[in-house]
Amino acid sequence: MNLEIPGLRPELAARPDATPATLATKIAVRNLDFFYGKFQGLKNINLEIAERRVTAFIGPSGCGKSTLLRTLNRMYSLYPGQRAVGEIAFNGRNVLDPGVDLNMLRAKIGMVFQKPTPFPMSIHDNIAFGVRLYERLSPRQMDERVEWALTKAAMWEEAKDKLKQSGMALSGGQQQRLCIARAVAVKPEVLLLDEPTSALDPISTAKIEELISELKTDYTIAIVTHNMQQAARVSDYTAYMYLGELIEFGATDDLFLKPRRKETEDYITGRFG
Amino acid sequence: MTEVTGVYRRRLWINRWNLAMSLLTMAFGMSFLLWILATLFMRGFAALSPALLTQMTPPPGSDGGLANAIFGSAAMVAVATFISTPIGILAGIYLAEFGKNGLVASVTRFINDILLSAPSIVIGLFIYTVVVARVEHFSGWAGSLALALLAIPVVVRTTENMLRLVPNSLREAAVAMGAPMWKVILMVTLKAVRAGVITGVLLAVARVSGETAPLLFTALNNQFWNTDMNAPMANLPVVIFQFAMSPFEQWQHLAWAGALLITLAVLVLNIMARVLFRQTAPK
Repeated sequence: MNLEIPGLRPELAARPDATPATLATKIAVRNLDFFYGKFQGLKNINLEIAERRVTAFIGPSGCGKSTLLRTLNRMYSLYPGQRAVGEIAFNGRNVLDPGVDLNMLRAKIGMVFQKPTPFPMSIHDNIAFGVRLYERLSPRQMDERVEWALTKAAMWEEAKDKLKQSGMALSGGQQQRLCIARAVAVKPEVLLLDEPTSALDPISTAKIEELISELKTDYTIAIVTHNMQQAARVSDYTAYMYLGELIEFGATDDLFLKPRRKETEDYITGRFG
Repeated sequence: MTEVTGVYRRRLWINRWNLAMSLLTMAFGMSFLLWILATLFMRGFAALSPALLTQMTPPPGSDGGLANAIFGSAAMVAVATFISTPIGILAGIYLAEFGKNGLVASVTRFINDILLSAPSIVIGLFIYTVVVARVEHFSGWAGSLALALLAIPVVVRTTENMLRLVPNSLREAAVAMGAPMWKVILMVTLKAVRAGVITGVLLAVARVSGETAPLLFTALNNQFWNTDMNAPMANLPVVIFQFAMSPFEQWQHLAWAGALLITLAVLVLNIMARVLFRQTAPK
């Protein structure tokens, strides 16, 4: 197909469809602008997040990659003055519609943050907290769910003997896996990971990266990372962002091995950023 | 190593001088505190007896105890705590979690700060005007109200300050689970700082349990055993105030004993608050 779009630079016009047609699109972002008060944090973002794949967002600090992630579950709605304009299609609805039930949205799109954030309660209750918001389970069913979620997060062996202990007493890497287990326990469709390993040591990081690869068989994952090697290791698709704009988006191998844009190449080769 | 220069020697001397001065001023301050405590303990312990807990405040010139005053104080402080704790915690939650830097919250915070430093006698006069003067008699309820008004700003302030210590990331994490705001606050943020909030309540109790001025105009005093909060109520601070200034020796002894009891109660509350806070202080 050779479509000529007037006024568009050839390298953009020649850009193949961001996601191959064989994959279902889980979230489609169209013409998304984001504002922190008067400052525009995101400028006309268009991309599609493929189902059961890992999509990574990379770029220098302040490029808008975390902002983009926080629009997907409307996290920004906590803060007056922040607003998003455009469309984020998810399950046939625009996430940005004022009528969207934010709690239900966040149950379907889970999030794990940069700093591990165990709740001030036991390991068991950390996981049960989210589940209890939506389901009424018997204690036995809840125990099963806790075990299932901890197993998913590769935490069960370490945690099974201390389910009653406080989640705050775990090590940083364990806390982060507990947070992943907590997010998985409510059976979301999408997992948003906002620099999930930047506060962790290399061994914990490796464990979490392994986990991401396993989780993508069941979940759609979007990950923000400062670490380009990490994006290259764990993701299927990568988006490079700079100053609130999406510079390049495509299959991870293509983006890292033969970037189409000069800016992307400069960033991934370390000449900038 | 370089030689000890004149500049360096001068610095050493200035350091010694400053250290000596600050130690001296600290000793000056501490000596009065120790003096007060020593006098209180000597006179107070001498006046302690089992009769304190069993007998009523006596008429001049005869022996007695402080049973009615101890009960009155405990009852009024308990009611005041019961009133002020929920109001103070809820207001603190509003300021920290909802109002934040909005106009309502800023004005509330400012007024709360004024109340926090308002002389307690003003609070007493206020309750006298709006309660005692209307119903035309002194009562335990009025005393409790005055104490509650004194305690509320303390609880508001500590609750807000504690909640502000909760990292925003924890709040966001709970919101990201799809939890409604009230669950986020009740089960996560407030829970994370519950030791600090309880500490605030204990410190408020400690503060009001020694207040005399607001009770003079509200609960007044009662020389008989009384459990009716609608009637004037005996209480330790007012009994101390009255007995300590009297010319009767038995009364003066009782005043010392009462002062010791209050001090010990406040001391225990403070220690409890510290232990609690240290156990689960936010990291």
